[in-house]
Amino acid sequence: MSQAGLAFEQAPPLGAPLRLFLIAPWFLVIAALAAIPSAGDWTAGRWTPAALGLTHLLTLGFLDTVMAGALLQMLPVLIGSPLPQVRPVAWLAYGGLGLGSPLLAAGLALGRPPLLDAGLLALAVAWLPFLVAGAVSLARAPAVAAATRAGMRHAWLGLALTVGLGLYLGGGLAGLWPLASPVEFTRLHAAWGLLGWLLMLVVGVAYQVVPMLQLTPPYPAPMTRWLASLLLALLAAYSAQTFLIEHATADLAGWLGFGAAIAWFAFATLRLQNRRRRRLPDTTLDFWRLAMACLWLAVLFAPLALFAPEPWRDPSQVVLGLVFIVGFAVSVVAGMLYKIVPFLAWFHLQAQTGARAGTIPNMKEMIPDAAARRHLMLHLAALLLVLPAPFLPAWLSAPGLLLLAASGYVLWRNLDQARRLFLQYGGRLD
Amino acid sequence: MSPIADLLSTDHIHCDALFADAEEATAERDWAAAGRIFADFRGAMDRHLAAEEDTLFPAFEARTGMRGGPTQVMRAEHEQMRGLLEQMQTAVERHNDAAYLGLAETLLMLMRQHNMKEEQILYPLSDQALGDDAALVGTLDQTLHPA
Repeated sequence: MSQAGLAFEQAPPLGAPLRLFLIAPWFLVIAALAAIPSAGDWTAGRWTPAALGLTHLLTLGFLDTVMAGALLQMLPVLIGSPLPQVRPVAWLAYGGLGLGSPLLAAGLALGRPPLLDAGLLALAVAWLPFLVAGAVSLARAPAVAAATRAGMRHAWLGLALTVGLGLYLGGGLAGLWPLASPVEFTRLHAAWGLLGWLLMLVVGVAYQVVPMLQLTPPYPAPMTRWLASLLLALLAAYSAQTFLIEHATADLAGWLGFGAAIAWFAFATLRLQNRRRRRLPDTTLDFWRLAMACLWLAVLFAPLALFAPEPWRDPSQVVLGLVFIVGFAVSVVAGMLYKIVPFLAWFHLQAQTGARAGTIPNMKEMIPDAAARRHLMLHLAALLLVLPAPFLPAWLSAPGLLLLAASGYVLWRNLDQARRLFLQYGGRLD
Repeated sequence: MSPIADLLSTDHIHCDALFADAEEATAERDWAAAGRIFADFRGAMDRHLAAEEDTLFPAFEARTGMRGGPTQVMRAEHEQMRGLLEQMQTAVERHNDAAYLGLAETLLMLMRQHNMKEEQILYPLSDQALGDDAALVGTLDQTLHPA
């Protein structure tokens, strides 16, 4: 009988995930502000130095920082197996991502090898222990939570490949070693990072949290059984094709395969949410619906980004990146934070102080609905204004980017309010 | 065969449904319905927690020898649920919908992450250890569904 599966109590202290959650919004703010003066550059194409730097501020600085924090907390609950050495792993992720994300982004945007070196070193310090601890946790997970465990294992592989390819490419750019096939490996780095890690993790988590939060029926059995494996098989096929056949043909096959899988997932999620038992307005639900709508938009828009004639293709690819990263991923992550943070603050406070319910703030007092909804509105407005930016004069992107920066600040302030109340009522972070 | 998991997981769904109905009635400020449905919900919760604490957990502890681990964590979370239910009762009596909805949101998160751990880990292990104990399953059934 697996003992590791029973260690419910080995959840980390609140400070471990919360520190990561509280630095992440600042990278959203920095990315949005840095995008204003560099708009003439990044709107022109995804390979521009500014676009590469901004992408990594958003993915590593915001998305991965939150996802790493959430996994520290959620692995024990979702798959019944905690991360070993969770405190040092959390501190290294905090320091490594906190320093590595801006250094790498600056190195990419400015083309400075010393910044790249330092950024890569910090990111390796963050990710390698996290990957080892994650592997131990997954290996020890009991066999019962099968669908979610499979999703997490595939996501682990996606993260490991993304990090490995990223270190290889970054080291090559910094002049540490010669790069073979840089274009092909960059395609794979992006595909595994966005689909093999980010989307895979969202899929695995969604199986549990979508029914949990809104009291919906479970996802259909064929989806929980096959979707994660299907995504993995598609990624493997796409990776092989990238080296073997013309890129345009690989892109077409990739669009058909990934497009069908993604559309299926988004459709199933929206359908479940429509059949929810809990009918009250809910900001997290709206963030998720926006995210699923953006997945559909990404699938529909992708042909333009992949196959449009030359002058249209480059800006279309930037739009596609914005739809997926800001529209889909940032929305899901923000929605989850509005459940995770107030709950953890309440839960740890109650457990630490033994306070009777009613004498400490409940979830909706930790972060009021109205405050979370202000963030949603800013995020939505920013998204609508920023999405067409690559097709417009550069200066027109400024209002949307300012709203995006404001949305990041409001997210930080909302999360920080939960932290302040937690401390005010006598909670201990470590 | 997983009689323990089937019985208790089905009861989780039953409790969730009553939770959703009580929350909706409260949000609509239909206090007569809210009071009635909340009483049903609290009764169902009390029976569920009692079935686990008085019947399942002691048998699980005796069979597996694990006293300090999972069942202790489950009992602690049950206490947190009871505290929230007590406050929700007060909120219904005082017709305070804002307080009720904040407490309900908190209870739902607590309850669902708790149920997830039970359904994914504890119940399957209980079925492995105790699933062939027909008397135990019968006692659980009677506690959850009194005649």
